[in-house]
Amino acid sequence: MEQLIRQVMEDVGFIMPQIQLTLFACGILLMDFLLERRHKYLNAITALMGIGFSGFALWRVRGYERLAFNGLVVVDPFFIFFGFLFLLATALVILMSIKYLEVEAEQEGEYYALILFATVGMMFLAGGTDLITIFIGLELMALCFYLLAGFLRRDRRSNEAAIKYLLLGVFSTGILAYGFSLLYGVSGSTNIYRIADAVGQRGLDDPLVFVAMVAVAAGLFFKVAAVPFHQWAPDVYEGAPTPITAYVSVASKAAAFALLLRLFLIPLGPLRANWEDLVAVVAVATMTIGNLAALNQDNVKRLLAYSSIGHVGYILLGLVAGNETGRTGILVYLLAYAVMTLGAFAVITGMRRSNLIGDRLDDLRGLISKNPVPAVMMLVFLLSLTGIPPTVGFYGKYFIFLSLIETGHYFLVVFAALYVVVALYYYFRIVVMMFMQDAREPGRMTLSPGLTAALVITLLLTLIPGLYPEPMIALARFSILP
Amino acid sequence: MVPTWHYLLLSAALLTIGILGVLTRRNIIIILMSLELILNAVNINLVAFSRQWGDVSGQVFAIFIITVAAAEAAVGLGILIALFRNRDTVNADEIDLLKW
Repeated sequence: MEQLIRQVMEDVGFIMPQIQLTLFACGILLMDFLLERRHKYLNAITALMGIGFSGFALWRVRGYERLAFNGLVVVDPFFIFFGFLFLLATALVILMSIKYLEVEAEQEGEYYALILFATVGMMFLAGGTDLITIFIGLELMALCFYLLAGFLRRDRRSNEAAIKYLLLGVFSTGILAYGFSLLYGVSGSTNIYRIADAVGQRGLDDPLVFVAMVAVAAGLFFKVAAVPFHQWAPDVYEGAPTPITAYVSVASKAAAFALLLRLFLIPLGPLRANWEDLVAVVAVATMTIGNLAALNQDNVKRLLAYSSIGHVGYILLGLVAGNETGRTGILVYLLAYAVMTLGAFAVITGMRRSNLIGDRLDDLRGLISKNPVPAVMMLVFLLSLTGIPPTVGFYGKYFIFLSLIETGHYFLVVFAALYVVVALYYYFRIVVMMFMQDAREPGRMTLSPGLTAALVITLLLTLIPGLYPEPMIALARFSILP
Repeated sequence: MVPTWHYLLLSAALLTIGILGVLTRRNIIIILMSLELILNAVNINLVAFSRQWGDVSGQVFAIFIITVAAAEAAVGLGILIALFRNRDTVNADEIDLLKW
């Protein structure tokens, strides 16, 4: 008994980052009642403090590689990498949100609490080694996101985004859970390592294994918004509040990829030969639809949504290659994608004023003459999204292409390289609008301190690893799943 | 004892009804009910396998899924009420502000 207590106390240290976030989120919910309306921004500061504490707790368990709570969660470099990625994205989103919520007159404590709870869910998602933990983490994240997408409850577009996200999200969760139940049936255990053994023994000839693989793959493709399950993404991105759009497109996508990598490489790892072609087809279809549909969008958020679908295709290609370079490339790509996308959405968030939503392509017209600094920053983020050196986005694509060449997937490399040209076209529609058209209406964007901080951080993280990539590459190489 | 595959057949039927409901019905409340059917198909699977293997974790999983389904219904109906206040409809076909 005494030993058991000691064991639990020791294990609690390994989920300390999540515990810290949970406590701070509950604290915000309590504190919110005591604050006057004009002091509500203090909730954001509390949330940032929670992220700081959680980051410290995460830093203390770095370098470990062990299971905790009877194999329910794992602390390994992969989890630490994603943990820091989620905390970074969450902090930037909170910085972007403060002013935005003021303008929308929806400055509420629940918003920040929900963001922190979603982060807890993502961390359990990235660190779960048991189907139950993974499922709860996934749902905690998803439920918070449904509410956040509909947070502007007086806005029709926000309502519509939330209900569409909810219906398709729950549907995909149901399919994924059906796959989980069959994996449990195959192995008699919810631990993913034991499932991997059982799946390896039974092989794909067993109909249960086959249906489980299809259901799990379909559920995961839904979550990362890969074709043919991508339709929810543009609608949700367009309708949700802009900081939440950034959060959904970065953090929830990174979390879904953490889950996808863990599930495809461990429980479904023995079936690699069977799912490799499936993932390759999905990746090519995703790149095609995402990049082509982005060509004629007039709404910047919708354009970035389709382009993010295109990025999902590239990341999936890293899984098709699957060697060490490919898995490193996925992590580098996710990191690069996170900072450059958050930066681009931060500029769009800054466009929001009392009389302007600021998400149409037209609204960016002539930005360079009115606000030269954000316009140049946006240019850097768009160059990075296209994958042009010396920005961080280049290294993401570089590793993915390199891994495909190493494994002899020349056909896929040609496809992937072609779509970079398409991407260049639609990203530069935004650039042309900003730099070569005259401004039509007066009024500049005013940058709040939080937004300025977010822009500076994302700009530095886009440029510095682009010029000096070694530390980032070493970190990603250290963090891959074996 | 009823063999496991009987339960699997039942749950596959429930899953199919749920998926068809989601795809064909236009009333969002009925879509939410169909989603519950999908999750209950999962529960039947889990409990049947739990009995087959003599292992309790399947039942634990089922209880968690029931809890999550309740939370999802609460969130879903909350969002639906916010939508209904602004739009006066729960018909999925009329919710079409966002499209390309």
